[in-house]
Amino acid sequence: MALQLISANHAAGMAATMAGNANRSARGFCAGLYPITPSTECMEYLCVQELLKGQVVRVESEHSAMGVCIGAAASGARTFTTTSSNGLAYMAENVYVAALMRLPVVMVAANRALGPPWNLWADHGDSLMLRDSGWVQLYCADNQEVFDSVLMAYRIAEDRRVLLPVMVCQEGFILSHSMVETEVSSQEEVDLYLPPLDLPHRLRDDARTMGGVDTPAVTEAHRAQHHEAMSQVFEVYREAQEEFEAKFGRRPPDLLVPYKMDDAEVVLISMGTISSTVDHIVDEARSRGVKVGSIRVRGYRPFPELQLKEMLGGIGRVGVLDRDISLGFGGVLWGEVRGVAAPGAISQGYILGVGGGDVRPKHIEAVLKDLLERDSAEAPIVMETNL
Amino acid sequence: MSVMSECPTRQILNPGNSNCGGCGATSGLSLLSRAMEERKIQIVIPACCSAVAAGLFPNSVYGVPALLTTFAATASGATGLSVVARLNGEDTRVVCWAGDGGTYDIGMATLSAAAERNEDILYICYDNEIYGNTGGQRSSATPHGATTTNTPPGGKVEVKKDIMEIMAAHRVPYAATVSIAHHEDAIRKMRYALDQRGFRFLHLLSPCPTGWKSEPSQGVELVRLAVRSGLFPLIEIFDGKRRVVNVEPDFSNDALAKYLHLQRRFRKSGIEPEALAPEIEEHWSALRAKVKCFEEV
Repeated sequence: MALQLISANHAAGMAATMAGNANRSARGFCAGLYPITPSTECMEYLCVQELLKGQVVRVESEHSAMGVCIGAAASGARTFTTTSSNGLAYMAENVYVAALMRLPVVMVAANRALGPPWNLWADHGDSLMLRDSGWVQLYCADNQEVFDSVLMAYRIAEDRRVLLPVMVCQEGFILSHSMVETEVSSQEEVDLYLPPLDLPHRLRDDARTMGGVDTPAVTEAHRAQHHEAMSQVFEVYREAQEEFEAKFGRRPPDLLVPYKMDDAEVVLISMGTISSTVDHIVDEARSRGVKVGSIRVRGYRPFPELQLKEMLGGIGRVGVLDRDISLGFGGVLWGEVRGVAAPGAISQGYILGVGGGDVRPKHIEAVLKDLLERDSAEAPIVMETNL
Repeated sequence: MSVMSECPTRQILNPGNSNCGGCGATSGLSLLSRAMEERKIQIVIPACCSAVAAGLFPNSVYGVPALLTTFAATASGATGLSVVARLNGEDTRVVCWAGDGGTYDIGMATLSAAAERNEDILYICYDNEIYGNTGGQRSSATPHGATTTNTPPGGKVEVKKDIMEIMAAHRVPYAATVSIAHHEDAIRKMRYALDQRGFRFLHLLSPCPTGWKSEPSQGVELVRLAVRSGLFPLIEIFDGKRRVVNVEPDFSNDALAKYLHLQRRFRKSGIEPEALAPEIEEHWSALRAKVKCFEEV
């Protein structure tokens, strides 16, 4: 273990490299890689590593990056890719396939708005576009979480109760390019945390076909199994957390991260880096006697509905902050949360920071003020933070 | 011993599959089964007729390990399989089996990239000159004069893309055309391609009675006529340079006329041998020039 001043992109690259090397006694490691801002530095990092039993493939598109991962994973290797924004959209078809074939691929998505018109900055809309693709999705709030989540992702993805791909999401530039002191584990520690991958359904020498034709009845059965595997993630995640703490001496956050929720009468719910600004405002408001708390949603798929319901209890004012917008509807996270809040609760959606808009304390203050003053919820409010 | 007498112990495509009668893909995979002998093979198939032919889960007609990918992911999926096989010291041959739509059109970028990287895979395009699986629409492999479900009333105006020269331009170690009417030549090439390292490409003209509106029993004869007339040159290209012509056509008007008349897809355009002859001549004169250019001194 060593403290290093690194970006989240490099943190992700380091974690993926060590995870790949940890599979050297099994089928090895393969990464299909293609550059796109702001995930590029992660792929560049991987492309200059000396892998113990592994190979990177410098492909011509994100579609092929995932195609390579699918082929390599089908052959039993540990696999990795990273992308952003339009790259994720271009990759989307194969993103689904990795999940439908139950391949434990791990991807780091550096969240960025889609274009054109081009925008390079943070927006959760790209990975949320694939929320129904059958991948586990984790959203990070800092660089350490990115490093740790990549290692955890393999643990979860490769668990026989799960066997699903995992997408680790980190906001472009805010995390991807910010240099922060990060605890970087050693290869020896990672070796102890990640056992060699033995994918039960990989292609071997016998005549097995992966990806044949499903009738409606078989598709129904496959989706039910896939959905059930998703529900197993909660338990597997807890185990992966505990094992992580035992091996590395630090504990990655829960799927839901509550802050001052014990006596909260008002709650602000968000994902990713906005949460730390929210927590700052929670402290300020509490000093004025406002009983407000916050919840960060780190695990978005599977959605921790029961845990969230328990945390929300009878709270009557729920503000949901989305760095994304489902056009013609509102915030994607808000759409999920409002069904979980107590009956009769005011569940107000706020959309802020889309396209990398700089979300500052004053914006969260405005959200809280609005939430405290209103008599009922209305249509989601789209805030323009850069005005 | 003639290859004709060899009976494969393993079939890539087992009997009882759902291919149409007279499908060129059936013949092609039968030839490949004979070529592979005891070699270990993994096959990668994109969305196409051969994917549907796999049959209903959990059954499969494929007698070798098969990965069915998305339409444009044949060469990328195969890359992943091949990389991991080599990492583990396995001599498994990863074989792509893709139609013309998945090769000439939607999969072209993926194919080109895998060829440029010289991935250790054998890519076989079974070219039926049509999007067969969706009911017979034009692809960039559909020849001039053929009618499809989405060509203008007079048939396709554009000329078929020259896939062999495209692959040659990638300087891949080996590229060859394969005829289901010339078994010895086909199996020799398949075996050679299976045993080479790096990117290998085979182009197989694959009759589609459904789309070509021809008799299922005439498929082999149609390919023979395509070879005889010069429409489908049987060639090999080494490293994108040295070219070998394996079968000399007779360039006869008779062969070309028969080829056209045995298929109703050319009827609406009314295209005649005289209209195609200049295209064939031009193609062959360019081919001969390249053969000469790279001839070993």
